[in-house]
Amino acid sequence: MTYSFELPLLALLMITAAGAILVKDLISAAFILGSYSFFLALVWAWLGAVDLAFVEAVVGAGLATVFFLLTLFQTDPKDHSIRRTAPPWAALLGLPALGLLLLYAADDLPEFGDPASPANVHVSPVYLENSLQETRTPNVVTSIIMDYRGFDTLIETAVVFTAGIACAALLRKTRS
Amino acid sequence: MIRAHDSVIVRTLGSLVIPLVQLYAVYILFFGQYSPGGGFVAGVILGASLIFAILVFGPEGPPGALAKKVLHGDGLGLIVFAGVGGLCLIGGGEFLNYANLEVPGLEPSARRSLGIVLTQIGVAVDIAVTAVSIVFSLAFVDHEEDSHV
Repeated sequence: MTYSFELPLLALLMITAAGAILVKDLISAAFILGSYSFFLALVWAWLGAVDLAFVEAVVGAGLATVFFLLTLFQTDPKDHSIRRTAPPWAALLGLPALGLLLLYAADDLPEFGDPASPANVHVSPVYLENSLQETRTPNVVTSIIMDYRGFDTLIETAVVFTAGIACAALLRKTRS
Repeated sequence: MIRAHDSVIVRTLGSLVIPLVQLYAVYILFFGQYSPGGGFVAGVILGASLIFAILVFGPEGPPGALAKKVLHGDGLGLIVFAGVGGLCLIGGGEFLNYANLEVPGLEPSARRSLGIVLTQIGVAVDIAVTAVSIVFSLAFVDHEEDSHV
């Protein structure tokens, strides 16, 4: 396996993620977060999750950036309250140890794309084999989320609706 | 407070791009069964096109007025989605089991395909209206309250 494409991609992901946290100008932070979403979309596309890459590019890079910018127009885009202090020793020592522990645990994960991994032997073969005959939908992702797992999607839609209602109840202003 | 954009370039480009984006959203919605995409992405793109129209032409222009009318459809998508599920109940099956949709002359597999299309329309409407609603909540002030005070 060659890493010529994915290593620069992961490096860019980490650089943009750190930049979004470290930069003081919040409008720049919103744009850097949008570019982070684009790189994440590329990662999803590389992993073969094209539908997810689509959603990430449209929502993370497009809509979320617009929401952030509209919010920042209402406030002061410079964050003057940030004071950078040196991190405590416990964090400097503990977080790398935690990272090493996670890397050690990641060694036990199944190989990517392994047909014998638990996620690939339970219900996925049933969906893949029967989707076209049962639902006449060549895109298996769509048939899973709208038909086989339709109840989940219904509740998700209700969550989005609730979010919109909550924003309207909390934030909508009427000038009297 | 957001006003209509002054630049001729932005307004011309907006009037050219926005219909294309909306057309693309409809394509994504109905081609989601055959390619990446589907109701969620189509709703986001449709909502983004309306948001773009509001940002370019202002909330008082024709797109802004259209977007305000769109706000009355809040919850419509959820009703469509749950309503399709309810029709399945009426057809004698389980909730959201589209094979029980009462459409004469269709096999169960075609009924499930139809159910997927209908619920995707519901999701798209819900997401688009919610996106526009959040933008109105964040950025605009309603003027409809008593102005004589």
